[in-house]
Amino acid sequence: MINQSQVSGRGIRRIMVGDHAVAEAVKLARVNVISAYPITPQTLIVERLSEMVERGELKADFIRVESEFSALASVYGAAAAGARAFTATSSHGLFYMYEMLWWAAASRLPLVMAVVTRTLGPPWNIHDEHTDILAIRDSGWIIGMASDVQEVFDMTLTAFKLSEDERVLLPVAIGLDGFILSHTTEPLYIPSQEDVDSWLPPRNPKVPYVIEPGGEPVTLGNLPRMDVYHELHRAYMDEAMDKAKNVLHEVYSEYGKLTGRYYEPLVECYRCSDAKYVAVTMGAWSGDAKVAVDELRDGGYPVGLIRIRYIRPFPDEELATYINGVRGIVVFDRDYSAGFGGVLAGELMGLVPSNVSFKGVIAGLGGVDVSPSDFRDVIVNFINDVERDGYLRVRKWWYIPSVNGG
Amino acid sequence: MVTINELHKYGRTKLIMPGTAACPGCPLQLGMRYLAMALDGKFAMVIPAGCSSVIPGTAPYTAFTVPTMHVPFASSPAVASGLRRALRIRGVDGPVVVWAGDGASADIGFASLSGAAYRNEDIIYILADNEAYMNTGIQASGTTPPKAWTTTSPRGKTEGRKDVSLIMIMHNVPYVATASIAYPMDFIDKVRRAASIRGFKFIHLHAPCPPGWKFPDNYTVRVARLAVETGMWILWEYNQGKLTISPPSIPYKDKGRRKPIEEYLKLQGRFSHLTKEDIEEIKAGVDRQWDLILKLTEIYR
Repeated sequence: MINQSQVSGRGIRRIMVGDHAVAEAVKLARVNVISAYPITPQTLIVERLSEMVERGELKADFIRVESEFSALASVYGAAAAGARAFTATSSHGLFYMYEMLWWAAASRLPLVMAVVTRTLGPPWNIHDEHTDILAIRDSGWIIGMASDVQEVFDMTLTAFKLSEDERVLLPVAIGLDGFILSHTTEPLYIPSQEDVDSWLPPRNPKVPYVIEPGGEPVTLGNLPRMDVYHELHRAYMDEAMDKAKNVLHEVYSEYGKLTGRYYEPLVECYRCSDAKYVAVTMGAWSGDAKVAVDELRDGGYPVGLIRIRYIRPFPDEELATYINGVRGIVVFDRDYSAGFGGVLAGELMGLVPSNVSFKGVIAGLGGVDVSPSDFRDVIVNFINDVERDGYLRVRKWWYIPSVNGG
Repeated sequence: MVTINELHKYGRTKLIMPGTAACPGCPLQLGMRYLAMALDGKFAMVIPAGCSSVIPGTAPYTAFTVPTMHVPFASSPAVASGLRRALRIRGVDGPVVVWAGDGASADIGFASLSGAAYRNEDIIYILADNEAYMNTGIQASGTTPPKAWTTTSPRGKTEGRKDVSLIMIMHNVPYVATASIAYPMDFIDKVRRAASIRGFKFIHLHAPCPPGWKFPDNYTVRVARLAVETGMWILWEYNQGKLTISPPSIPYKDKGRRKPIEEYLKLQGRFSHLTKEDIEEIKAGVDRQWDLILKLTEIYR
């Protein structure tokens, strides 16, 4: 779904799929080193970037590595040597990177990665689900999820600014829903190279440090004392994550001035300021949820939508503000933490006052389509249940739509 | 060819600062020092998990005086690839060196090693081979020799040995060599030759480990030298299509001039359980390896 108010501003109007929008943003960011290993549905990103490099439109090295693990390891090395670097992956590829994800984050080097969200096997399934990107939420990466192709582009471009900010220096993962955004054509505005250059200067290779022959004898990663690890290392990460929230505000404010597109940085509130009930979503299906909210508003239901844009750093204050004063919250998870339930439901529940009704809904796993009418039905049932019974608290509920009319 | 006189100037320089956490008699200390001499201390180093992650001592301090990245076990060839590419883009020259053990090279990191080699990344890869996972406590690796005791092969290793250097030649890289910590001049020459060549360079450095192989701390160089003198470890160099036996190993092309293999084996507790038949098998293996390498010198001439 395209939110018309967002598709505005300066630049050239184009139509492209989400994967190509990522590539376009990477090109405009003048990335120096790209390394990636192919996995559906990420492939269009790396194919397009390879073409850009071969044609000389993007002056970068493309390292054709033998695995996702090496993809992240090599862009990590490039970042340590002062380059602006980028990789992209999905699902199993993201999990193959897992060890490197943590190492890259705690090395405090700027990096940007696109994660085209996809289900994990077995059985093999290439379709959309958020379980993959949510499984890296403890790793130290800033994690955003876009909701349309324009936002895919904007989030990717702003990720470089955010990651390289001296107050942050954490890697940024940008999630886009597999096929729903990665392979779906939508119109978007692309700023001019001059505008981007004026706002995103080349990376300063000395920040935070550079590994180069004959350079300052910096050592990264040898064993520290336990207390050094505990007090400094993780505490600095936490501090940087906290600061990243403020930096996100700044970055999107500057980006708004540059492009005319303004975003609420961490959490988008859609018709929720006077809502008695709110639904919570993340990613592409938020567009469908907004249609459901519009329809329900037309039908007299006081409903709004909270859309999580960045799940790390966790937007607790923003969420608490919007949650405050509502009667009920229904969280939609396109992911599943086995033995627990929906990840977003779990993370949000701690912010929901005990007198507010709550329902965690798991839906759309494995790429199952969830339509505006599905959202509408679940939200209406939730509201009706709360209005009838007065109070409801369900952490985990499986929404299983009927298949093939059966 | 490097000369002793030239190396004298490094006598007082602290390419590796004193006070490391290395075991007494550690061959990696020697090897890394020679590496630093060869490159005049001007290089960047990538080190995967292993003894060399511990040797520099406790962060935020380090004994290494070159820019160094300690990285996950399997990742060093890929990290070095990215490092090198970025440096070239930035116009920064100088060698990028991976200093890795046998586990990181022959086993867990073999895929990323193969990837970097086949892409012909412009890096120097040094496999400092102490023939087992020493940092975790002497477990068998892909380069542990057959029949050797380790904590995971308590009755002797039953598998053979992965010949990583020969596999590297098959990647069509420009430079592959073996070296030994007992022959510093040969090793330093090889590092310098490698540094003068663009592309992927691989040096397999034999590094006998006192606690891991169970010999006295002061025998490190003696054991390493015996490996060459008995023909157990052959020093050779493959340079852009030409494979030659390196000077220290030339006499041992003649089997009659090799010292008895028992002299090498008997110094090491890891071989103390060997039977006569075991030793005969090891001897046959050494002969086969010489045969192969000499044939390769004919092919790559």
